[in-house]
Amino acid sequence: MIPVQFDYLAPASVEEALSALGQHGDDAKILAGGQSLLPVLRMRLNAPEVVIDLGGIASLRGIRDDGDAIVIGAMTTHHDVRDHALVKEHALLLSKAAAEVADSQIRHRGTFGGALAHADPAGDLGAPALALGAQFVIAGAGGTRTVEASDFFVDLFETAIGEDEILTEVRIPKHTGWGAHYEKFVRVAHQWPIVAIAATVKGSIDEARVGLTNMGSTPLRATATEQALTGATATEDGVRAAAELAAEGTNPPSDLNGAADYRQHLARVLTGRAVLKAAGV
Amino acid sequence: MTATQDRPAAEIGKDRRRKEDQRLITGRTRWTDNITLPGMLHLAMVRSPFAHATITSVDVEAAKASPNVVAVLSGKDFGDELGVCINAWPITPDQKTPGHSPMPADRAAFAGEIVAVVVARSAAEARDAAELVDVEYDEQPAVIGIKNALRDEVLAHPDLGTNKSALWVFDSAEAGTGSDVEAAIETARTDGILIEREYRQQRLIPAFMEPRSVVVDPTGEQITMWSATQIPHILRFALAATTGVPESKIRVIAPDVGGGFGGKLQTTPEEWIAWAVARRLSKPVKYTETRSESLMAAHHGRDQVQTLTLAADKEGNVTGFKVHLDADLGAYIAVVGGGVPVLGAFMFNAIYKFPSYRFECQTVLTNTTFTDAYRGAGRPEATYAIERIMDELAAEVGVDPLEIRERNWIKHEEFPFTTVAGLEYDTGNYEAATAKAKESFGYDALRAEQKERRERGDRVQLGIGVSTFTEMCGLAPSRVLGSLDYGAGGWEHASVRMLATGKVEIVTGASAHGQGHETAFSQIVADRLGVPFEDVEVLHGDTQIAHKGLDTYGSRSLVVGGEALVKAVDKVIDKAKHLAAHLLEASEDDLEYKGGRFTVAGTDQGVAIQELATAAFAAHNYPEDMEPSIDAEATYDPVNFNYPHGTHLCAMEVDTETGAVKMRKYTCCDDIGTIINPLIVAGQVHGGLVQGIAQALWEEAVHDEAGTLVSGSFVDYLLPTSADTISFDVVHTDDPSICTTNTLGTKGVGEAGTIASTPAVVNAVVDAVRHLGVSDIQMPCTPERVWRAIHAGDSDAPTPETAMPHFSEGALNQDEGAGQ
Amino acid sequence: MTKIELTVDGAAVSDDVEPRMLLVQYLREKLGKTGTVIGCDTSNCGACTVHLDGTSVKSCNVLAVQANGRTVTTIEGLADTAEGELHPVQESFRECHGLQCGFCTPGMIMQAVDLLGENPNPTEEEVRLGMEGNLCRCTGYHNIVKSVLHAAEGAKA
Repeated sequence: MIPVQFDYLAPASVEEALSALGQHGDDAKILAGGQSLLPVLRMRLNAPEVVIDLGGIASLRGIRDDGDAIVIGAMTTHHDVRDHALVKEHALLLSKAAAEVADSQIRHRGTFGGALAHADPAGDLGAPALALGAQFVIAGAGGTRTVEASDFFVDLFETAIGEDEILTEVRIPKHTGWGAHYEKFVRVAHQWPIVAIAATVKGSIDEARVGLTNMGSTPLRATATEQALTGATATEDGVRAAAELAAEGTNPPSDLNGAADYRQHLARVLTGRAVLKAAGV
Repeated sequence: MTATQDRPAAEIGKDRRRKEDQRLITGRTRWTDNITLPGMLHLAMVRSPFAHATITSVDVEAAKASPNVVAVLSGKDFGDELGVCINAWPITPDQKTPGHSPMPADRAAFAGEIVAVVVARSAAEARDAAELVDVEYDEQPAVIGIKNALRDEVLAHPDLGTNKSALWVFDSAEAGTGSDVEAAIETARTDGILIEREYRQQRLIPAFMEPRSVVVDPTGEQITMWSATQIPHILRFALAATTGVPESKIRVIAPDVGGGFGGKLQTTPEEWIAWAVARRLSKPVKYTETRSESLMAAHHGRDQVQTLTLAADKEGNVTGFKVHLDADLGAYIAVVGGGVPVLGAFMFNAIYKFPSYRFECQTVLTNTTFTDAYRGAGRPEATYAIERIMDELAAEVGVDPLEIRERNWIKHEEFPFTTVAGLEYDTGNYEAATAKAKESFGYDALRAEQKERRERGDRVQLGIGVSTFTEMCGLAPSRVLGSLDYGAGGWEHASVRMLATGKVEIVTGASAHGQGHETAFSQIVADRLGVPFEDVEVLHGDTQIAHKGLDTYGSRSLVVGGEALVKAVDKVIDKAKHLAAHLLEASEDDLEYKGGRFTVAGTDQGVAIQELATAAFAAHNYPEDMEPSIDAEATYDPVNFNYPHGTHLCAMEVDTETGAVKMRKYTCCDDIGTIINPLIVAGQVHGGLVQGIAQALWEEAVHDEAGTLVSGSFVDYLLPTSADTISFDVVHTDDPSICTTNTLGTKGVGEAGTIASTPAVVNAVVDAVRHLGVSDIQMPCTPERVWRAIHAGDSDAPTPETAMPHFSEGALNQDEGAGQ
Repeated sequence: MTKIELTVDGAAVSDDVEPRMLLVQYLREKLGKTGTVIGCDTSNCGACTVHLDGTSVKSCNVLAVQANGRTVTTIEGLADTAEGELHPVQESFRECHGLQCGFCTPGMIMQAVDLLGENPNPTEEEVRLGMEGNLCRCTGYHNIVKSVLHAAEGAKA
C-alpha cells in the first residue's frame, strides 16, 4: 500500500518548520520518526497535502543535563533514550519504558517527542512521562511555552500542542537514584500493550509515582496508589494493598484483548508487581 | 566421466544443507511480485465494504480520468470469459453450492469481495484511482456465525433458500466397520461414563509471509500466468475448464513461493480477474495484494463447532464416539472448502480401538470470507476434539491422561489394524513413542513439581498436556478420492532426464514453497541412481517443464511425489541396464548395479550411468530394440494413506492472577518412518508446532456483527514472534515404524506438528487449573479467558461443569458468543 | 518529484522520486533490489528490514526521500556474493536451516546482523527479544534463534 500524493518539506531549523506549518495549517502533517505516521498514511487513514519532515533539524536531537532536570530533544530516538547515561541515572523509568517500545527497528527510527505528540493511549512513553512530571516545551510563532504533563495529554491522540506548534523538547525532573520498572502486559511481543504500568519509587518507599498505559483515553496516574505508598514499607502485602487502588478513576477500553473490567483487574495486579520490582523487592 | 566411488555411502538420512538456501539468503529470489515485463500494467481491486449488499451502480468515470489509468472494469463488463471460481469437491450429490463469480456484477456476499478492478501504469496510480470508483450498494442483512446460519432466518444467498449446504454422514454400523454408537451411548448413560462436550475451532488465517501475487502475460502463443500458488497444475486445469482457453494455450508458473500452509491451495478471484484483464487488454498485468487484503480476502481456515459424545465403561474403556460438526464455509464453497471438515471424518477415532463411531458434518454458508484448507485441514480439528475429550475421560476416571490413552490405543503388535472409520493403519508403535517422549520430557519430575505447586497454592500453576496423535497423509489414493466425490485424483508424476554430460534433471509435479524438495529429492535420486547429490537438479513449478502434477499439500510431496521419483529412477536403471549389457557385450543377468555403475559379475569390466547417458546421447551404438534414451517418467498413485504418529508433551505455566500462560517445555516424539533429511524434518516439525500452538494461544479471525473482519491486520491478527516461543525438544523413536506402502518407508511430516500441538497446549493449560474447577477454555486461550475460567466459580453462577452432562437446546457450553 | 542521492549497497545512486514513495518501493522498483520484500502494511513483519546508516530499520516505514544523503545496505550488499562470499550470518542461517520459504529471511538476516553488532554475545533470550520485530511463519523460530546464536559462536572462534 502506498500513501496518497503529498508535498514534502525538509526544513533545516525549527523556525523554518514553524513557518511551513503556519503556511499550510491543518493540510500539513509533521513527520518525526514516522513509525506511527507512515503506517497511517499507507493505510490511507490520513491524507495530508504536505508532510514536514523534522529529520534535518539537528537541534531537536540529543539529551542534556540542565540542573534539576534532563532535557530530551523531541527527535531523539527511543534507542538513544534507552541507552543514554543521563536517562539511566536520572530517569531510569524512561530508559526501561523506551526499551519496551515496539521492536528494535522501530526504536532505531521512532522518536521520543514524536511518540508523545502522537498521544496514543497505548503508547509506552506517556505513562512514564506523566509519572515523572515531564514538562513539554512547545514552540510556536510567538516563541516557546512549557506545558506540564498533567495538562499535555488531552484526549485520544490529542495533546496541548496547537496546530501551528511543534514539540521541541521534554524536560524530565531528575529522579536520581529512583528505582523503576515498566511492566507491560501483551499477548504477543509485537503487540501494543493491553495494559502497562510505569512505576518508579524513591527508597523503599519514601515516594512513589505510578503511571498507567491504556487505561483510559490518555495516560493516567494511579494517584490513590501513590498516596498509599508514600512512607510505606515495601512489603509484598503493603504494596499489594496499595495497588488495589490502582484502577480508581480509570476508564479502559474493551476490545479483543480484554474487557474493561479485566483491564482494571490487570492494572491492580500489575501495579503491585511493578512497584515491588521498582523497589527491588 | 568421473566414477562415483568417492561419493559418501548414503544420502538418505543425512542432514544435507539445503540447495535452495544460497539464493534465498542472498536475496537472489524470484517472487512473483519481482517480475517486471515490458508494458506491464498494474491492478488495484475495489472491494465491498459490506458483508452482504446488492450492487446498484458502479460509476467509474472519475477513476478513468485519474492519471495513467488504462481501464476500469466491473463485473458487468465481462461475459463468460471471466470464468468462475470452482468447487472441486461437492461432498454430497445434493450439496447447495452458490455460484461464485470472481467479480459479481449484482451482489457482494462478503466484506472484501471484489466488485471492480482498476488498471493503471503503476500500482500507486491504480490504487489512487480505485479510491475514486463510486459503487452504490444496497446493504442486505448479513448472516455471520455458525449458530445464526443454522437458524436460517437470514440467508447468505437468498436464492438458495437455506444456509445449510450439505450434511455428510459416516456411521460405523451402516458401514459395517463397527457397532451402533447410539446403543453404546445408552449403555454408558446408565452404566458407564458419558462425556458430552462442545468445542470450538475458531476461524484462522493461514497468513503465509509472502502476500499473494499474480502476473499474466498474454503476449506469447501461450498465455503465461505466474502466481504465488501451491497448485500450478490445478490452477491451469481450472483456468482451461472455466475461461474457454484451451489447456494447451495456458502456461502456469509458480516461481519462488513464500509459504502456503494450505492458504495458497486455491483458485482465486484475483487470479481469474488478472487473467481476464490481461486477455482483454492484450498487455501483461500484475496484481499484488496488500497484507490487509490478504487477511480479508485470501481464504480462511478451520471454523467449526464440534458437538461430541464419548461413551465409556467405568474403567475408561471407550465404547463409542459420536461427532457432529457444524462447519462454516464462508460465502462460497472454495476449491476444496466443503471437503476439509470431511477429511477429519476418518481421524476422530485417532489411535484408538473404538467399537462404534458416528460422524456428521453439516456445512453452512455465511457472509464471511470463504474457508478452505489450512495446515492439517480437517485432521487438526479431529485431533483436537479426541485428544481434549480423552483428557476429560481421564479426569472423570481419575487416572493419568497417558494411562487412559494406553487403555484404548492400538497395541504395536496389533498392526496392521483396520479402524472403526474403515482405514487400515499399516504400522505404528504408540508405546515406544510415548515412552521416549516421557523420558525426554522428564514427565515424572514435572508431575511432581505440579503437585508441589498445587499443594503450596503457588500463584503460578503448572499443567502438563498430552497429545498422542496420528494422521492420515499422503493425499491420496485416487480411488478413495473418487469414492468421496473429489473432482481429481491423488497421483503424482516425476521424470528423470539424463543429460549428455552426466548431470541429472528430475522433474516433479509437486510444487514446493519452502519445503526443501530440491534438497530432499536430490538425496533420494543420488542414492537410488548412484550419482553425486550435487549433480541432481530438481525442476518444478512450471507447467511447461513439469507438465503433469497434482502439486503440494496434504503432506504428499515426499510420500507420493518421492515415490513417483523412485519409480522413474528405477525405469532409468532398467533402460540403462539394457544399454550397458549391449556396450559391455554381457548378459543383463550378469550385471550388477551399485554406486552408479554397472559391473559384469566376476570381471573388472563396468560402465557408469553417466557414460551410458553420454552413449545414449551420441546414439552411435545402442541395441536395436530400444530408443536412444535412458530417460524415464512415472506416475504413481498411492495404494493407501500413511499414518505418522507421535506423542507430544507440553508443560505450561499459568499465572492464576492474570491468566497469562507461558510455555515451559515442549517435547515431541514423532514416528514418521524413514527420514530422508533430519534437518528438514526438524524444521517442518518446529514450524508446524508453532502454527498449532498459535491456534491454541493467539490466533483468531474475528468478524463483528456486521461482518467486518476486526482482526484485519497483523496488529490484531496475532502471529507469535521469537519472543513468544521457545526452543523445542524434538526426538524420534529409536526403531521407527517403517511405512509398508511405499518403497522408501516414509510418512508425511509437513502437518504433523500442527495437528498434534494444539490439544497438547490446551490440555496443559486446563490441566494447570483443573483443580480450580476448570474443565475447558475456549481457543485461543487468551489471558482474559483463562482468568475468567479460573474465577467462573467465584460467584454462584453455574459453571460449565454443572450445566453438564446434557446439551441444552442450541447452547454452547463455552463463552458467550462461541460459534455465533 | 524530489531528487535524492544516496548510497545503496556501496553504489552511489540518484533519482527523482515522488515523496510518497517508500524506501522499500524505491529499492525494489527503481533499483531492482528485489531481495528486500514487503510482507505487511502495518510495519509488524520486518521482512523489509535494511540498514540505514548502519542500523536496522523497516524500509516500509521510511520514505525514500528520508534516505537522501544516507547509506543503505540490503541483503544484496551484505557480502560480496559475486565473489562467492557470504556474510557469517548468512552462512549461519544456511548451516542451521534457519529458513524454509525464505521470504522473511532477508529481513531476519539484516536484523540479526544488527543485533549481533550491538550485542556480540547474546543469550537465547536476548536473541528472541532482539528478533521480536520480524515475523516468520515457516520455522517456528527455533532454527532462526539457533542460527543467530551459531553466528555469535562463530565470531568468537
